[in-house]
Amino acid sequence: MKITFNINGKSQSVDVDEHTPLLWVVRDVLNLKGTKFGCGKAACGACTLHVDGEAVRSCSYPIKFAEGKEVTTIEGLGEGDNLHPVQQAWMEEIVPQCGYCQPGFMMATAALLEKIPNPTDEDIDNNIVNICRCATYYRMRKAIHRAAEIKGTNS
Amino acid sequence: MTIFFLLLASVTLLLANSLTKKDNFLANENTETTTAYDDPFSKMMKVLTHKRCVNCHPSGNRPRQGEDSHYHNFNVLRGADNHGVAALRCESCHADENNDFSGVPGAPEWSLAPLEMAWEGLSRVEIAKSMLDPKINGGRSLEETVKHLTEHELVLWAWEPGVDAEGNPREKPPVSKEEYIKAVKEWAAAGAIIPEK
Repeated sequence: MKITFNINGKSQSVDVDEHTPLLWVVRDVLNLKGTKFGCGKAACGACTLHVDGEAVRSCSYPIKFAEGKEVTTIEGLGEGDNLHPVQQAWMEEIVPQCGYCQPGFMMATAALLEKIPNPTDEDIDNNIVNICRCATYYRMRKAIHRAAEIKGTNS
Repeated sequence: MTIFFLLLASVTLLLANSLTKKDNFLANENTETTTAYDDPFSKMMKVLTHKRCVNCHPSGNRPRQGEDSHYHNFNVLRGADNHGVAALRCESCHADENNDFSGVPGAPEWSLAPLEMAWEGLSRVEIAKSMLDPKINGGRSLEETVKHLTEHELVLWAWEPGVDAEGNPREKPPVSKEEYIKAVKEWAAAGAIIPEK
């Protein structure tokens, strides 16, 4: 089945089985390796990306639902000298340990800040429920607050 | 020796009595179940009190899930619009259809019932009364309630619940979809009478 959608601002068509998870397409067809496979059950959040601005767990998102939509991966969030506030904050606070789950956390955080620009600790607890086996939660919390500051200053 | 036989006789009598009581209990239970199963209201309520329905009609702000109706994993919350919170929407994981690869269930408009329509902990009579009360049922008339109960895809998902994350089929309600739809319509056509208990 041919599916057409925008990914990181560019139009893209793929011809795959309609039930193929979006994560498979992103990583194996489009070769964007930033989004990670964790559990395959929408439980850990490592595969989080944005579909039309909403945080989505792409391992459990059949590609057919992406038709005509805007998909954003960690590569599209920002890069080089044009980093997203979340990416800047993650670097400032030296959040990652092994790093594997971090793109999912950053995408979830970016989605959160669009809806709640200055999240409280409770907002963070309620919204950012991904899993990090290195337990970098403490540094992530600091980075989320820092990202809110940077985003507030930039806007 | 006499005392031994007396004791043996007593124990035998007690056991027989206990078994008879148990048989009677089961018989009564079965009779009640069969009776309750036969009338349209009871058939309908057997479905509406099933976990496939009540898990998403919680009395608080946390959905339930699974065959044991545990709180939804990952601290999932109701949110202002019953579709989850800002960055953890129902749609973050649940699509318009079941995903049998990940085990995530899905149907159109996957969400919690409004808090006014909380069913968790209510009796079947209380649930039925809440369904018919336009002040808390979203302003639905009886006709609209019947339509919702018999045609809404999210309601009818209960008979196509898919598999869980381990690939095990989810339990379906104890009444078939066809029987349930017929029962709802018959109950409504007969005046939507709610029994006392």
